Amino acid sequence: MKTLDELRKIREKSQQKITLGESNNRVKIVVGMGTSGIALGAREVMKAIIEEVAIRNLTDVIVTQTGEKGLSSMEPVVDVIEDGKPTITYGNITPEKARKIIAEHIVNGKIVNDFIVTMLN
Amino acid sequence: MKSKSHIADTHKYNFNYENRVVLKNSGIIDPENIEEYIGVGGYKAWEKVLTQMKPMEVVEEVKVSGLLGRGGAAFPAGLKWSFTAPLKAEQKYIVINADEGEPGTFKDRLIMEGDPHKLLEGTMIAAYAVGASKSYIYIRGEYTLCISRLKKAIVQANEYGILGENIFDSGFNHEIEIKIGAGAYVCGEETALIESMEGNRGTPRSKPPFPGVEGAWHKPTVVNNVETIANVSAIINNGADWYKTLGVEGCYGTKVYTIMGDVELPGLCEAEMGTSLRTIINKYGGGMKNGKQFKAALVGGAAGVFLSNEMLDVKMDFNTLKEYEAVLGSGAILVMNEDVDIVEMLWSVIRFFRHESCGKCNPCSNGTTVLYNLIDKIRKGKGKEADLDELIRISEAMFLTSFCALGQSPLMPIKSAINNFKEDFLTKIK
Amino acid sequence: MYEDILKKYSPEKENLISILHDIQNSDPQNYVSEEAVQEVSEYLNVPLSHIHGVLTFYTMYSTKPRGKNIIRLCESPPCFLKGSENILKKLCEILNVEVGETTEDGIFTLELCACLGVCGNAPAMMINEDVYGNLTEKKVEQIIIDIKGRA
Ligand SMILES: Cc1cc2nc3c(=O)[nH]c(=O)nc-3n(C[C@H](O)[C@H](O)[C@H](O)COP(=O)(O)O)c2cc1C
Ligand code: SF4
Ligand code: FES
Repeated sequence: MKTLDELRKIREKSQQKITLGESNNRVKIVVGMGTSGIALGAREVMKAIIEEVAIRNLTDVIVTQTGEKGLSSMEPVVDVIEDGKPTITYGNITPEKARKIIAEHIVNGKIVNDFIVTMLN
Repeated sequence: MKSKSHIADTHKYNFNYENRVVLKNSGIIDPENIEEYIGVGGYKAWEKVLTQMKPMEVVEEVKVSGLLGRGGAAFPAGLKWSFTAPLKAEQKYIVINADEGEPGTFKDRLIMEGDPHKLLEGTMIAAYAVGASKSYIYIRGEYTLCISRLKKAIVQANEYGILGENIFDSGFNHEIEIKIGAGAYVCGEETALIESMEGNRGTPRSKPPFPGVEGAWHKPTVVNNVETIANVSAIINNGADWYKTLGVEGCYGTKVYTIMGDVELPGLCEAEMGTSLRTIINKYGGGMKNGKQFKAALVGGAAGVFLSNEMLDVKMDFNTLKEYEAVLGSGAILVMNEDVDIVEMLWSVIRFFRHESCGKCNPCSNGTTVLYNLIDKIRKGKGKEADLDELIRISEAMFLTSFCALGQSPLMPIKSAINNFKEDFLTKIK
Repeated sequence: MYEDILKKYSPEKENLISILHDIQNSDPQNYVSEEAVQEVSEYLNVPLSHIHGVLTFYTMYSTKPRGKNIIRLCESPPCFLKGSENILKKLCEILNVEVGETTEDGIFTLELCACLGVCGNAPAMMINEDVYGNLTEKKVEQIIIDIKGRA
């Protein structure tokens, strides 16, 4: 049970979490987990990402899920969000592609051009 | 680095988030984490109505916004609420129609999967406005992910005291329960839906009495579509005047259009009410697949219309389409290219109705079978030109005599297919 | 026999649809048996005829034993446009059944259904609770092989 004041505090706090703000996380990886995404393999993609993050011991990376953006033909879709950088949305991701994104983009800072759907500031 | 053409093209695809209202958070926040919803301003409108507004003021705000029902019939939501709000009753209900069975429609699914709390917030506001202490969300049985996400969202909202007893010391109590369908298109019809919710066969009831006066368990019940309700929190937060800056005269706000068929990028877009078919196909649907020519669009689902290229620049809103004897319906847009045979498509549409007719009344249960036999004959090259008149004549009779709107629905696709694409039929008849 | 399911619900008719879903999902043959109908009838205190009426009305229920996995292929116009008929032919061929039938090994039942709300990935189908989209003949063949492998 929360009071209205507590609700307002959560609002402020979680606003920061979404923009990464003062948290220790450098990167947020978000997997689109709607029905379309899951139908085309988003669960396997999520698994691969979590595994890869664990194997590489990437402690400053958080992995979460979201719903569908609406571009069915590009599912599964994965966002990479970093403070002060454009958000990158990758499309038609497979577990192999996801591992490549971790290796190249997350670890080495090199965007994987071939998989990009969109870049947003 | 960004020189590859693939990126140059797709880079432009920006998902149009800046124009979104109901799908603003879908694909951004974690739908299973209430704090992410709260973090993007969620439940602010709920707080506002509980602490600053009287129920009738909420009804009035929604009425002034001109919000039209998004379930297909475009009935003004505020007006609907205003019938139920003043009624004295020991119990009133809000029922959210999440049966989404119109072929080609998946907008409600994205809202529920991507932002379940937005639906809950709108539902609570509607409940407060009309004085309902209980709401039901009726979800089709096939939408398993929607069901589990909404169930989680309800548990969280209760934990946070956003739902429950004496919410934020306002004295208002509210409970939301999920009801599940089991595969019947007709259950999307509001009175059939109520029957189904009560544990019966989902056949329609006669109207009047309308559910707003006598609905679930004979109590006043407001039935609204998911997308309709998902607009409510934004209207409360930003005001009716803001809402009316979106869309066109008489049809305000945004519309979620689902685009599929022979386009490059099938999916969905939320754009201002009144966006043209051409813009929807080219800007949001990525244009025609493989550079083929546009031939037709079936707009509004099976209960929709076959539009030809003459309609590409017409505004896709409820009122404008009505002027052209067309409908927007659920906002589903099935695009067909030059290679598609409209006879085949109409056959598929009629097969759908034949299968979904609930059998309660003769005009529809017999009519859909007769229509199917006729179109099947034409499809197989055994039809006559007179059969085309017969298709129209029978569907007109069904329109006039059927018990519910399902039996009235085949007329629109049949008439528009035959009138706009007569060539396709004549080729088969020769 | 169905106590565990029934006790999750208060004995009111409005819970009938959900109870029948749960019973069907708990049955290895994906159907609602006559014994189950009896038990539900007693629990909810509604006539047998009412329950039969409900069972036959909704397409998701079956009163006859079915396969372990229910394939429901969408045949609505958007999927039809994208070639659902070819997918159907392929499924009938590899499973060696007609629509509505169960494979000899009892692993699959093939059914048709109306729009599943994933038309952006047409043609589409559901197998049990999982959705499959952008189907091709090759893809369905693989899906069937994969599920058989797990059976
Ligand atoms: C056969 C039939 C199917 C319908 N299916 C749906 C549906 O799936 N979802 C929906 O919201 N409305 C559906 N409707 C419309 C509802 O009866 C009702 O008008 C609507 O839920 C009201 O909500 P709104 O005013 O917010 O649009 C259907 C109507 C008919 C006749
Ligand atoms: S019109 Fe069709 S769906 Fe409606 S009540 Fe009659 S038979 Fe049933
Ligand atoms: S038409 Fe097949 S999923 Fe919608």
